[in-house]
Amino acid sequence: MDTVVRVYVVTGYGLNCEEETAAAWAGAGAAVEVVHAEDLFSGARPLASADIVHLSGGFSYGDNLGSGKVFAVRMRHDDRGGRGTLADELQAWVAGGGQLVGVCNGFQILVKAGLLPNLRGDLRLEATLAPNSPGGFVDRWVRCQPAPSPSPAFDGLDVIDLPMRHGEGRLLFADAQTAQACAGLVPLRYHSDLAGAPLNPNGSAGGAAALTDPSGRVLGLMPHPEAFLDAALHPDRQRAPGATAAPFFSNLVNAARALRARR
Amino acid sequence: MTTGMDRFTLAIEAAPGVEDHALTAARRRVIDAVVGAGAPPTVGVRRWRLLRGPPGVDRAQLQAFADAVVDPIAERGAVWEEAAPATCGAAFVHVALHPGLTDDEGDAAGRAFAWISGAATPAPGFGAEELWAFDAPLSPAALAAAAQAIANTNVHRVVFGALPQALAPRAQVRLRGSGEVEVLPLGQLDDEGLRALSAARALGLSVTELRAIQAWVADPAVQAQRAAHGLGALTDCELEVFAQTWSEHCKHKEFAALIDIDDEERGGQRQLDGLFKQTIRGPTLDILGELQARGQEWVVTVFSDNAGVVRVDEELNLTLKVETHNSPSALDPYGGAITGILGCNRDAVGTGCGGGRLLFNTDVLCFGRPDHAEALLPGQLHPARVMEGVHAGVADGGNKSGVPTLGGALLFDTRFSGKPLVFCGSAALVPRTLGGRPSHLKDVQPGYRVVTAGGRVGRDGIHGATFSSHELVEGQSGGVVQIGSPFIQKRLFDFLEEAAAAGLVAAVNDSGAGGLSSSVGELARLSGGVRLDTDQVPLKVPGLRPWEIFVSESQERMSLAVRPADLPALRALAAQRDVELADIGEFTADGLLSVWHGQTPVCALDMEFLHEGVPRLRLSARVEAPVVTPNPPLPSDLGPTLCAVLSHPDVCSREAFARAYDHEVKGKTVLKPYSGAGGRAPQDAGVIRLRAGARRAVGVSHGIAPHYGDLDPYAMGQGVVDEAIRGLISVGARLPVHGAGPLDAFAGCDNFCVPDSVVDPVKNPDGREKLGKLVRIAEGMADAVRAFGVPLISGKDSMKNDLRSGGRKISVPPTLLVTMAAVLPDGDRVVSSEWKAEGDVIFLIGQTEDELGRSALLRTLGLEGGRAPRVRLDAAVARYGRMAEAHAHGLLRSSHDLSDGGLAVALAECCIGAGLGAVLATPPGAEGLGWWFSESHSRFVVSVAPAHAAGIEALFGADATRLGQVGGAALVVDGAPVASVEALRQAYERPLLAGEA
Repeated sequence: MDTVVRVYVVTGYGLNCEEETAAAWAGAGAAVEVVHAEDLFSGARPLASADIVHLSGGFSYGDNLGSGKVFAVRMRHDDRGGRGTLADELQAWVAGGGQLVGVCNGFQILVKAGLLPNLRGDLRLEATLAPNSPGGFVDRWVRCQPAPSPSPAFDGLDVIDLPMRHGEGRLLFADAQTAQACAGLVPLRYHSDLAGAPLNPNGSAGGAAALTDPSGRVLGLMPHPEAFLDAALHPDRQRAPGATAAPFFSNLVNAARALRARR
Repeated sequence: MTTGMDRFTLAIEAAPGVEDHALTAARRRVIDAVVGAGAPPTVGVRRWRLLRGPPGVDRAQLQAFADAVVDPIAERGAVWEEAAPATCGAAFVHVALHPGLTDDEGDAAGRAFAWISGAATPAPGFGAEELWAFDAPLSPAALAAAAQAIANTNVHRVVFGALPQALAPRAQVRLRGSGEVEVLPLGQLDDEGLRALSAARALGLSVTELRAIQAWVADPAVQAQRAAHGLGALTDCELEVFAQTWSEHCKHKEFAALIDIDDEERGGQRQLDGLFKQTIRGPTLDILGELQARGQEWVVTVFSDNAGVVRVDEELNLTLKVETHNSPSALDPYGGAITGILGCNRDAVGTGCGGGRLLFNTDVLCFGRPDHAEALLPGQLHPARVMEGVHAGVADGGNKSGVPTLGGALLFDTRFSGKPLVFCGSAALVPRTLGGRPSHLKDVQPGYRVVTAGGRVGRDGIHGATFSSHELVEGQSGGVVQIGSPFIQKRLFDFLEEAAAAGLVAAVNDSGAGGLSSSVGELARLSGGVRLDTDQVPLKVPGLRPWEIFVSESQERMSLAVRPADLPALRALAAQRDVELADIGEFTADGLLSVWHGQTPVCALDMEFLHEGVPRLRLSARVEAPVVTPNPPLPSDLGPTLCAVLSHPDVCSREAFARAYDHEVKGKTVLKPYSGAGGRAPQDAGVIRLRAGARRAVGVSHGIAPHYGDLDPYAMGQGVVDEAIRGLISVGARLPVHGAGPLDAFAGCDNFCVPDSVVDPVKNPDGREKLGKLVRIAEGMADAVRAFGVPLISGKDSMKNDLRSGGRKISVPPTLLVTMAAVLPDGDRVVSSEWKAEGDVIFLIGQTEDELGRSALLRTLGLEGGRAPRVRLDAAVARYGRMAEAHAHGLLRSSHDLSDGGLAVALAECCIGAGLGAVLATPPGAEGLGWWFSESHSRFVVSVAPAHAAGIEALFGADATRLGQVGGAALVVDGAPVASVEALRQAYERPLLAGEA
């Protein structure tokens, strides 16, 4: 059986973290293809050929009308000449064992397309990523802590330092009931600054830095694991770089192998 | 069924508690404004973003659109038919962009609508606007104040009053040019007539220049050639092309001028045969010879393309460019700055045959003081507002393009309150060969197609004065201001990279200043001519005349030369990537710049005369002797003085400012602008890897010090070069002269921004002295780059940085920015500035002189006196060689260069950055407070493991002064605490931007 795990790293239309994201998956042993978003919409790069689809960070469609909004509207509404929407196609592909990852803008797209948390499988909009509170775009490193969830992405990781680089990362749920239902679907939380002082850098509900769907195969997170693949990228690298985020990618590659074996 | 609406309005308001910080800040500003104008302090204000769509929309589609676009949790949406409902409030301010300006939000709404309604292409007629509504009736004065706080009439149409019955209709758009060509018979005009013509059309051409054009067009041979093209007297387009091509911006006439100098500094009269030739190109050519002799052949392109090009490894070239965007940023800070950074990006990518991928941006910004208290002159924006807008523009320009902003600088001086200086830098990596050809060469042959790619053409950037002769859509922008669209440009660049990699682009040029006239005109010099049709150029506003189409500076466009056989493949790729292409003509070899609008001849200019015919300027300058006066009496208490200097706007932390810029997208930034566990330690350079995970990296740093030029312009020129170079030396770079590797490029860009330096008895009586300063700054720079053996590969000059308003003139101080980039063979080993461990031994490297003139210390204390620092070039070069050895042997745990505030500030920054103190002893010979704050150049403070202290002393000898050890929670000198690290931090981290905690 073919054991190569194939990853599509989606870029184009303002997504812009394809370079480091591709390096991250390649480092975890996957066969990576950087795919223009248009080729995903058009079907020129079929989902059937991928085990993992990664929507990278950036500013899709300039984040006009809200972060990730226009991309998400296209996923939900563009009928693609009668082939149906990409959101529906992705949902079916995930049901068949695909893993969908969104980082930063990718996370914003997945939430606003209804693919996260997608509690009932109906793509209902149950959460959003609102403007940071307190304010504005910020690029800073934060210490994050994994929490139990259906996603295997952070297995074996203790605390991990990651850069956050966003202006709209405040996870909000539609209502208390949804928040309750998502309590076990938050695989990563903001813990502190790098000196250890407690920190919730964007006002996210419960300090949530990530969200997964009930299957564990759709995962979104605001901080950038692809930006911390080796110690030299840490801002305090000469003293205390700590563990890198490389296991995030190998965990998901391993999960893809297991899913493939089941299929 | 369709609604009966003329246009529909989808009004979107932030849900309670979910508004963004920009809205919160704007709300505060608006309330302050109306209360200041007499409104009750209890007044409340709400803001809606309005998405306005075309008439005739189906109600069901409209509801679907609203459901899709409005965030159900963070936003509240409402469809307004006809008018804003009375429930909104009692008084309103309605803000919309002028027609023809880029409206990304409106375009996005049109795209979204198309997907929702099943249309094949983005729906036209969408626009994004804003409505602010107050819960109480307000006086016209209060509403005017609110409008001023919200909008900028250079870019916005503003209506205010009692709540509107209908929102203002939007102008309809018709997309054909007018084809009208005006003839301007120069032949009959005398000097006065020529002067009047130049003024009326805002040509900026002198009488001498117009005389030269007049003589050329009267030549019978020229007349015959023109007749053959159906042209007689000069057309409006031709005159505009001369104005663009002969502008200071394009031809650098003042940097090419012959200058007669009355030199008080060195005595006597002398001549300078062109600033560019003598102080920029000359040194660079000499240095290229030296590099070649040493086998360091990494210089690829200097001065001849949009950006300088150096080779950085076996496969990659690096393009480097720094631009300024000062005047536009004075009028519309956000639009000016974002357009500046995106324009510089186009230079870095639009070099050779394109195909570059942006590697980093830099930003160096000079503003009036944020606490500016003088009454504002007509047309002058408050420096704090300029800073806020520029900051947001720079952030969006880089962040939305996915380009890390690696570094910059921020300076304040009241002389920048008329015009800010906004320096935007960019570098791109380009594979050395693309499609089997060297990527840095432009291949333009007769028969190749002229293709424009990217945004459409509007009136953007067409000089405002000519507008009075046009019928304009009501309220249309004078065209002087543009708003860049990072989204359009990112799509264009992604497309270009693919196209160039496939070998489909023969040459590329940025369409920026001068528009098609410049970008196609420059490419046509390579083939020897061009013929194009302005009627084929895609437009975004109606009725443009051919000359407007030809010189418009609408953004996000590139001009390409394309081999005819490649055109179908290029078109197909563009269609897949949602990039608009237009084939507008053909390159020729007939020596003519030939423009048609359909069948109408518009322009037929001899390219030789166009590019070589400009008469050389002759200017006169007076060089004054440097000002040297005794130091003023200084206070004696180091602690409070240090805290005061740390809080000075030129010295204090820019961390919060810098964190709004993404400095590590692409995951390659190994030295970030602020490092250390707390992210508080300012760094001397930004360093980024060439490739993800690779060791090979590029560092970038800056030098800028306009205040020294007040005393000694020559010293300033030297010092700016030294500052840029020592930042890179500090983190681990090696000068070429010290045996850097054969591909370890080390090169720079020069950017001059000066006040009007051409003497005029009325308008500019001290022009000679200003030009004298410029001459000495350039000579200081030239001597320094020669000594360091580092070539300048690109640059730009901006000559008229003055605001004349209300009977006053505010002129910038003559300013030079030098940006340096260097290859670091192992970026993982770069050394950051903050202390690393208790017990490490601290050394001062370099010699401290009595150089306090215009220092941060004296500026903080409001004192004058002293001398400006000069660079001891030979000693500096030798020292930098030893620093490279210290890095190579891994001796340094931290290194920080000394600049504003000298040793005292550098030590404080090392302490603050690490959260660790230092215990120091004043060395013998160090006298008084001045020693701690002297700004002598070419110095570093380093810390080393105790075991390496002897190695440092052996390597540097008398150049190393042992100061003490890292440790504790305070800065302690001679047994007495100067200040706790926490006190230093609080002084240093004072807020710079409104709204910063």
